[in-house]
Amino acid sequence: MTGRKVLLENVNIPGIETFEVYQKNGGYRAVDKALKSMSPDEIVEEVKKSGLRGRGGAGFPTGMKWSFLAKPEGVPRYLVCNADESEPGTFKDRYLMEKIPHLLVEGMIVSSYALGANLSFIYIRGEFMWILDILEKAIAEAYDKGYLGKNIKGSGYNLDLRVMPGGGAYICGEETALLESLEGKRGNPRIKPPFPAVKGLWGCPTVVNNVESIAAVVPIVNDGGDAYAQIGLGKSTGTKLISACGNLARPGVYEIEMGISVEEFIYGDDYCRGIANGKKLKACVPGGSSVPILPHYLVTKTATGEDRLMTYESLSDGGFVSGSMLGSGGFIVFDEDQCIVRNTWNFARFYAHESCGQCSPCREGTGWMEKVLHRLENGNGNLRDIDLLAEINKKIEGNTICPLGDAAAWPVAAAIRHFREEFEWHVTHREESQTRNFGLISQPVTA
Amino acid sequence: MNLHVDINKRHAERKEFSPESLAKVNELMLDVPEGKHKSAVLRVLHMAQDELGGWLSIETMDYVAELLNIQPIEVYEVATFYTMFHLDQTGKYVLEVCRTGPCMLVGSDKIIEYIENKLNIQVGQTTEDGMFTLKTVECMGACGYGPMLQCQYKNHEFLTPEKVDELIEGYRSGTFEK
Repeated sequence: MTGRKVLLENVNIPGIETFEVYQKNGGYRAVDKALKSMSPDEIVEEVKKSGLRGRGGAGFPTGMKWSFLAKPEGVPRYLVCNADESEPGTFKDRYLMEKIPHLLVEGMIVSSYALGANLSFIYIRGEFMWILDILEKAIAEAYDKGYLGKNIKGSGYNLDLRVMPGGGAYICGEETALLESLEGKRGNPRIKPPFPAVKGLWGCPTVVNNVESIAAVVPIVNDGGDAYAQIGLGKSTGTKLISACGNLARPGVYEIEMGISVEEFIYGDDYCRGIANGKKLKACVPGGSSVPILPHYLVTKTATGEDRLMTYESLSDGGFVSGSMLGSGGFIVFDEDQCIVRNTWNFARFYAHESCGQCSPCREGTGWMEKVLHRLENGNGNLRDIDLLAEINKKIEGNTICPLGDAAAWPVAAAIRHFREEFEWHVTHREESQTRNFGLISQPVTA
Repeated sequence: MNLHVDINKRHAERKEFSPESLAKVNELMLDVPEGKHKSAVLRVLHMAQDELGGWLSIETMDYVAELLNIQPIEVYEVATFYTMFHLDQTGKYVLEVCRTGPCMLVGSDKIIEYIENKLNIQVGQTTEDGMFTLKTVECMGACGYGPMLQCQYKNHEFLTPEKVDELIEGYRSGTFEK
């Protein structure tokens, strides 16, 4: 399989963050093409044909999301880019915006034109303040060259683009919480329906898309939706940015063609080059902290013995029993020395910290899980605690306004499912559990 | 949890923006459709924290409310929700160390402990000379480059004890000053 790249192809060209170099290397062709020769509906059609799926985590088809946008007369429509990248393990959007900001700006222009928006926003997490400066510089250049503002390139189309910072809240990655935050409020998710496509920013029809999804619209417009759909495998079309981290020899951001095997991604010379320090693989969370953890024997092979591939379908093969999800592409790898209980507690603490507090099951449940896991991890738990966690899980899952509750419950359930012995060991070996090094007790590591 | 807050500690002398910053605030308010200028509150709070003493006193929040022509409570509820805003006085430099899973896998626990020992403070405390406040934060989106900390929006990545020594020395001597 050839590793085709459509987003990061030019990322290492010196000066690519400037308008001149970006344009010289084929940048802004998509805007020229779209405004001169394509109607907004034609662009939506190309995006549908491309099979592009939302790159933020949920994987919902982008073209379909766009087609839901309500278009009442006389009401403004908005496009909002979700750059609130805060799922633990995920740092791909940051890389794209830092290195090649004009790709996002170009994608925003083409996508806004397709949706009929005349004012669009990039909502970026507050901790990325230096990237906000990079984006604003790129946007100023685009205004200067006539690619933003009134009557872009003589087409009669007007667009203003603004960058807005968050203030440090994971929940604002949820699209309705993001819209609340953009309006200058606390990031409490809204009850759906109505969906943002009908009532979004300031009550107007709004599309919220991830950075990578919007960037992918550029090659789709340039080469056509069919050409994009040729890349990848089956319903997982195109390329995906994977941010690999944890105990890897070469962590970082990789643009992969969907369909390469997980084995190649972890051990291949073009990718992560195996586990750091010559250690062995113990487990992997392939799509950001919210998705189920996989023990080593389910990472490179599915439960039925087939090769596990880097696609939406293959990573979720086996459902939550023996599979996981591609999610946001935050690929976290654990070596043999890592403690699953400690990590599960760490993630539970994250969700307890980030729960907005609006729904009781999530506000209370995430706190309980954190406490129970903390006492297990420190050798103060008992065997009933493990079942108690499962109980709390059931009380949270599906009972909250937004998916943060589910996101908190799933990793705990999966960790207990695959590593129950390790949880029990923490109860039966109270003193040793303080040493925080019991990597091999759960399964023999062979990989 | 700040259940018993000494409210007196949250007051401070009123400070105001420079004329340039005021112009920027006005620009931000005009960036959005008419009547929607409340949108600017997060950005203006960041500016206020950066320019008016490194934290948000009640006076600073009231000032922001005046500027944006909104009720003080609308500013308080935002400032208390988002973790980047400091409601208590901080040291000159706030070291925010990421403690979430991916950073923990590569040793953030040890880095936090090292800084605690080096500065002789616990997480959440400020050094006696008022130079450093140590905080832990949740995922900063630098997972492949951990352990890491952020100070004044600048990331310091792939931390080792030696690098921590270097950067604390750097801040003390002003080499890392913005």
